[in-house]
Amino acid sequence: MAETAPISADFAPWEAPDAKPIIQFKNVTKRFGDFTAIDDLTIDIFPQEFFSLLGPSGCGKTTMMRMLAGFESPTEGTILLDGQDIAPVPPNKRAVNMMFQSYALFPHLSVSDNIAFGLKRDGLSKDKIADRVEEMLKLVQLSQFASRKPHQISGGQRQRVALARSLAKAPKLLLLDEPLGALDKKLRQETQFELMDIQEKTGTTFVIVTHDQEEAMTVSSRVAVMDHGKIIQVATPQQIYEEPNSVYVADFIGDVNIIRGTAKRADGDHVHITFAADHAPLIAATKRDIAEGSEVALAIRPEKIAISTEKPEDRNNAIQGKVLDIAYLGNISTYHVELPGGAVVKAQTANTRRVHRRSFTWDDSVWLSWTDTAGAVLVE
Amino acid sequence: MRRLSLISVPYLWLLALFLVPFLIVLKISLSDTALAIPPYTPTLDLSQGWAGLAQWWAGLDMENFWFLAEDNLYWKAYLSSLKIAVTSTLLTLLVGYPIAYGMTRAPDEWRPTLMMLVILPFWTSFLIRVYAWKAILSQEGLLNQLLMNIGLISEPLIILNTNLAVYIGIVYTYLPFMVLPIFAALDRLDGSLLEAAEDLGCSRLTAFWLVTMPLSKQGIIAGSFLVFIPAMGEFVIPALLGGSKTLMIGKVLWEEFFSNRDWPVASAVAVILLLLLIIPIVLFQRNEEKQREAEG
Repeated sequence: MAETAPISADFAPWEAPDAKPIIQFKNVTKRFGDFTAIDDLTIDIFPQEFFSLLGPSGCGKTTMMRMLAGFESPTEGTILLDGQDIAPVPPNKRAVNMMFQSYALFPHLSVSDNIAFGLKRDGLSKDKIADRVEEMLKLVQLSQFASRKPHQISGGQRQRVALARSLAKAPKLLLLDEPLGALDKKLRQETQFELMDIQEKTGTTFVIVTHDQEEAMTVSSRVAVMDHGKIIQVATPQQIYEEPNSVYVADFIGDVNIIRGTAKRADGDHVHITFAADHAPLIAATKRDIAEGSEVALAIRPEKIAISTEKPEDRNNAIQGKVLDIAYLGNISTYHVELPGGAVVKAQTANTRRVHRRSFTWDDSVWLSWTDTAGAVLVE
Repeated sequence: MRRLSLISVPYLWLLALFLVPFLIVLKISLSDTALAIPPYTPTLDLSQGWAGLAQWWAGLDMENFWFLAEDNLYWKAYLSSLKIAVTSTLLTLLVGYPIAYGMTRAPDEWRPTLMMLVILPFWTSFLIRVYAWKAILSQEGLLNQLLMNIGLISEPLIILNTNLAVYIGIVYTYLPFMVLPIFAALDRLDGSLLEAAEDLGCSRLTAFWLVTMPLSKQGIIAGSFLVFIPAMGEFVIPALLGGSKTLMIGKVLWEEFFSNRDWPVASAVAVILLLLLIIPIVLFQRNEEKQREAEG
């Protein structure tokens, strides 16, 4: 997962105590009849952030975005844009623009007229509009398609027209609803980087809604993982991946092994987790205050588990198991290993050499091992 | 071979039900009126062979068309029909567009009912429905009684047997032909386009003018032709609701056929009407083609 090179190095306004947020949700609740789409949600988003709302469909991420755009208003609570309550401001008066999931390009207007649409509403002079449209076309590299109609260009080009149109008015905040959802995988990956590039060039704050965790990880400065109208965790992609705060987040982002057991405090930052009666407890490091005897879950990513035929001596945790399945994915192989208790743990190895014989095969007895810092201890 | 026979079906249909009758009417329009059965000459007598055919051909001339051009009754009737058809098409559009718009905005569970209500009048005979308007619009009719009872007017309004009654009749009769294509166009309209327009700074009203209207243009054009073309040759409505001053070419045609029993002149009137209507029909088909291309 790539990092946004220049910005992300020390861009962390959420950690600065005096940074002024551009968007503040304050105890916002939104109900549709009996259904609560957003449940008492409070969050700050800072200028120039690339902020992702990530979650399964129906988690409320789209509702949050539509409230920012002005198409829905909160049932309770307030939303502030630059310190101003935006509840009374209609969508056409907000310094917020949205890129729609379907792109919503006007089919009867040419590419350049689509981009000029918002500028014309502002009553700018013809020359200024033409200049701005030209600038936007250059930004998204579509200058030679200016006079085409939306149905005469490809899906990827349409996506870029939609982006140019929503950026043309230089909004304080740009909302992107599943911006890459309609593109095929390869194009999506290329476009992710373009999107990050454009965000940096324009310095606009981006809020993006997505259900694709890889996309969220790639482009975001911070990711908010949502479920049932609540934000479960807000953090940088790295924190979300390596230090999830709950089983839900650990499970939603990437592949993970969850081993449940009873915690016992050990020396310093360590806990011992008893997961099976006939096996030595697992040792894990954690900064959290874990109560003695509480039920915990150890979340370990498959790539952090080593697999070997001999018991390794240098790692604190080692369990013997039997290879149940092998998934060869080209760049990596995933081994599904059955533990004595019947639980199945996934371990990954990178296929760094082209020609090599696999050391283990189906039904082999193998050792899984990891260090005490490899997994996150989560309380449920 | 299979394809050929498939294609031939609609062509045979057109040939039998349009081209052949048209050629018969065209032939009659070139004939002279006569006291006979059928009431025109020449009639083709094949028993005399080539000579008969030649005689028949020699009997045909353009006399009736010259007559139509000379007598100003006819071109006045054409012009008046044109005026009535254009006006009532515009009126139908004014009434039909809001209905179609309302239907697309209605909650989903209401739509089949609303659609049904638009189509329902077709279940009753057209003639009966036009007669019903007589009962509503006449001086002692339901409308005048209602207006007098609530005290809006003291004297009954004279609506029946005027052009106004013709307009009401045409708008009422052809309303579904206007509503349905506009509804289809509006129904296809992606709601997020309007949200995008608002997001980019449009008020609801400007969004309607800049997005909804242009995108329902094809529906408006289709609906207008579907109303204009039959309204142009309309006969029943002006005959039943219109007065002696209502001049429409359909009525003139009827009178030539049945009162004057001048089949050749009546046929010439019909041929010219058809030629006039070919222009909007061709335009209509161009519009349909353009739409298909735009969607392609």
